Amino acid sequence: MAELSQNLLMVAFFCYFAATVLFAVSATGKNFKNSSGDYVNRWGTYGFIMSIIGVLFALGYFGFRWAAAGHAPVSNMFEYTVFLGIAIGIAFVILYAMYRSTILGLFAMPIIMLIIAYAAIFPQEVEPLIPALQTVWLEIHVLTTALGQGILGISFVAGLIYLVRTIDVSKDRKNKRTFWLEFIMYGLLSVLGFVIVTNAFNFAGYESEIEYAAPLEDGETYQDVMDYHLPPIFGPSEGEVMTEGAMAPLIELPEWLEAGDVNSVMWALLAGLVLYGLLRLVFRRRVSALLKPAVRKVDPEKVDELAYRAVAIGFPIFTLGGLIFAMIWAQIAWTRFWGWDPKEVWALITFLFYAGYLHLRLSRGWHGEPSAWLVVIGFMIIMFNLIFVNLVIAGLHSYA
Amino acid sequence: MEKVTCECGHQNPYGTELCERCGKPLKEQQQLLNMRYEGVARRSQTYNRSVVDKVWNFFSSVKVGIWIIFLILVASIFGTIFPQEMFIPPNVDPAQYYGEEYGIAGEIFYTLGFHNLYGSWWYIALLAALTTSLIIASIDRVVPLYRALKNQRVTRHKSFLSRQRIFGESDVASQDATYEAVKEGLKKKKYNISEENGNLVAEKNRFARWGPYVNHVGLVLFLTGAMLRIFPGMYVDENVWVRDGDTVPLPGTDSQYYLESEGFTMETYDEDDEMYAEALERSGGPITETYRTEAVLYERVDGNVVGVDSEQQKVKSHDIEVNDPLTYDSYSIYQVDYKLNELYEMDFELESEETGEVYGDFTVNLFDPEDSYEIDDEREVTIHSYFPDFYFDDDNEPSTRSSIPDNPAFIFAFDGPEVEGTEHRFVGIQQNHPVTEDPVYNVSFAGIDTNHVTALTVRKDLTLPFLMAGGAIFMIGLIQGSYWTHRRIWLQKRGDDGFYVAGHTNKNWESLKRDVNAAIDGTDIESPEDQIVKKEESKKQSASADDRADTGEADKGGR
Repeated sequence: MAELSQNLLMVAFFCYFAATVLFAVSATGKNFKNSSGDYVNRWGTYGFIMSIIGVLFALGYFGFRWAAAGHAPVSNMFEYTVFLGIAIGIAFVILYAMYRSTILGLFAMPIIMLIIAYAAIFPQEVEPLIPALQTVWLEIHVLTTALGQGILGISFVAGLIYLVRTIDVSKDRKNKRTFWLEFIMYGLLSVLGFVIVTNAFNFAGYESEIEYAAPLEDGETYQDVMDYHLPPIFGPSEGEVMTEGAMAPLIELPEWLEAGDVNSVMWALLAGLVLYGLLRLVFRRRVSALLKPAVRKVDPEKVDELAYRAVAIGFPIFTLGGLIFAMIWAQIAWTRFWGWDPKEVWALITFLFYAGYLHLRLSRGWHGEPSAWLVVIGFMIIMFNLIFVNLVIAGLHSYA
Repeated sequence: MEKVTCECGHQNPYGTELCERCGKPLKEQQQLLNMRYEGVARRSQTYNRSVVDKVWNFFSSVKVGIWIIFLILVASIFGTIFPQEMFIPPNVDPAQYYGEEYGIAGEIFYTLGFHNLYGSWWYIALLAALTTSLIIASIDRVVPLYRALKNQRVTRHKSFLSRQRIFGESDVASQDATYEAVKEGLKKKKYNISEENGNLVAEKNRFARWGPYVNHVGLVLFLTGAMLRIFPGMYVDENVWVRDGDTVPLPGTDSQYYLESEGFTMETYDEDDEMYAEALERSGGPITETYRTEAVLYERVDGNVVGVDSEQQKVKSHDIEVNDPLTYDSYSIYQVDYKLNELYEMDFELESEETGEVYGDFTVNLFDPEDSYEIDDEREVTIHSYFPDFYFDDDNEPSTRSSIPDNPAFIFAFDGPEVEGTEHRFVGIQQNHPVTEDPVYNVSFAGIDTNHVTALTVRKDLTLPFLMAGGAIFMIGLIQGSYWTHRRIWLQKRGDDGFYVAGHTNKNWESLKRDVNAAIDGTDIESPEDQIVKKEESKKQSASADDRADTGEADKGGR
């Protein structure tokens, strides 16, 4: 059953790809004459239907894996990240139904695919639940939070569209706005690059073990082994390569930095740089300028409202799941409703950020572009909390 | 201050910008009316003389509120750079720990007090400022807003309508027929219609306007609730270790309650389980499935003489697991830690040093050793000294680190017919030395008995009801304000041949426009204009020359 569910996820992934193509045709293609002589563009509707099919297959993956494991598949990095992708898909369907914005689909679908592809880097096997997770609150807390984050993800997509639509990225323009917009593009390409590089080395069967002296709490050390699935640019301090023929780390890091994680980040940044550089070389334009033709018909006013609406819908759900349900569960499992665990603090930071955003919307001069930057930053905070806080800052939530 | 009388006859409070009744601007306004809070007289916008006014005005500002939110946000981030003091190992000195572990950055972190950031006076002061801002900003707005929405009349001053963001005027063939058609359209969209003199206002979801104030009340309740913890008796947080079979008084309950552990169990996942095979292999060791303490709770019942002839009465038994605490009265007892196979009893045999002949055996309870053990009628072993966790101290004297028998050692004294006086012997784990010369007796280990120990947290938190009420009210208000929007559409006669149409909402203007257009569909009334968009577009047209040069074709716009 677990295998079937993986296959369904694969199908969903291709549905999202097909939807992307359909939305792209809709956004850039010509309108077609229908039987009564009116010019219509049905590709957006086809894209929407395809995205719904994608969501259904993704939910199929979710349901079968749930049935196989006996608990909702949201207990480790792979499962949670995939579900975040699914949640963005669900959120897209809801907001498309409200605003009929095909351009939203063109941007949302690739981002969903990117998130699912990123998730697939983590170990995918079904894991048993540790005692702290064995409760229905796992489902209540995590599903609600992820759904809220998914809807906030749509506000990010809409904000990004707004920026691509309104910022003048023609060659002679060079300012802070064009720089940061390109920076976002580079960031997205880095994720893509990381996925490609990781899969490439996995496919080639790259593996290398480095033994090093890991510090213990009492100041002593013990010999530990770090598994590398990417060639070590960064290695642990005074590490020794155990795998025959594998390269030695180029740079040794101080022991309080997780060398493996820093190495992954470096690979992502480098791969992103290569992809970005290639695009610039081939097209001789800014990457965001490549997206311009697709957004030409977009009404900025409408995507601005869409981004705001997504926050207005997603924020209460996120708060309910990420703070209120989280506190109830923490009281039951960890004896206290709040303990300043890094993940808790970052959920609070996310809450404060969007609360600030909602209040700024009351002020003059914060609609439009400033608002779009804010929703982009907001989603970065969410992704930071998912990736960085989980993997790098150790805490009670470091299950993966 | 005196009231301001509008030409419609309504008496408005001093400071009112738009007449509460007919909407006529009473103060200088921009081309489009500032409809925030319906142009009511807010205390913060009206008075600025005394200190109270100044404080009030400061905290009632949304801008100040946003700054407070932002400061809390940034401060919270700083606290996650390195672990807080509560997460570092308990036996280290934080003053050294941060520097050693994280270098110069760690030292700065510690020096600034960020290791205990969330309990620092200034973080709490920020939370207090937020609470104050929530209270004052809400009161400043909700009271006059309520009055204005209650006093509003259907028929509005023309300048109120024409200076709404959504406004249009149209000639119609038949006023009556158009009026009825629009009214039906609005009803179909589930608007509440109020009529007066052949004019109407269609309104829906006014309750959404109270959402922000409701959620602020919830937040204030939550934050105050969290502060109640400082009062004695509101909050208990204690830890207790219980050995299998033991009954101990629960700390924090004034010996009102006793808890017996009937046994602690730890279960791990079956390694042959196919589903988890891969995951278990990767984890490199067993994964725990359950931590469980079978607990029985007793309550002390005082007899006739208080504190003297009391007895314990069983009140509840429960298997405490993670996520499933034992809850009784206002106390909850949680599974938090454990220690498996702690030494509990040691069995020894007394024998002859020379022949190895066994005289008899005795068992020492390591938590409650007896003074002496009779082996038979003639021989006796006395415990001269007991070191539960033996080590040599700085003076090289035998000593103990704690009363937990992690490394028990004894000095035994022997009495019997084979010796004159008393013979001594030191016995510990893998240590056995006679203290007296020419020993006659020896002891040997015959076995050990171990026991599991469970660690439980005893928690009482009487602030929880406040927090739950606060959280619930907050969520209700948030949903109320987020998922519904207050919309009003005015349809007002212009002479006897036309209509004014105007619309207002607090958010989601596109949806309001859709409602208006649906209602006037099929009538002579033209779709009203969005005056902000119109203004933007005329601005853009004059400035879009270079944009056109870039894209190569005119911006068609989406509308």
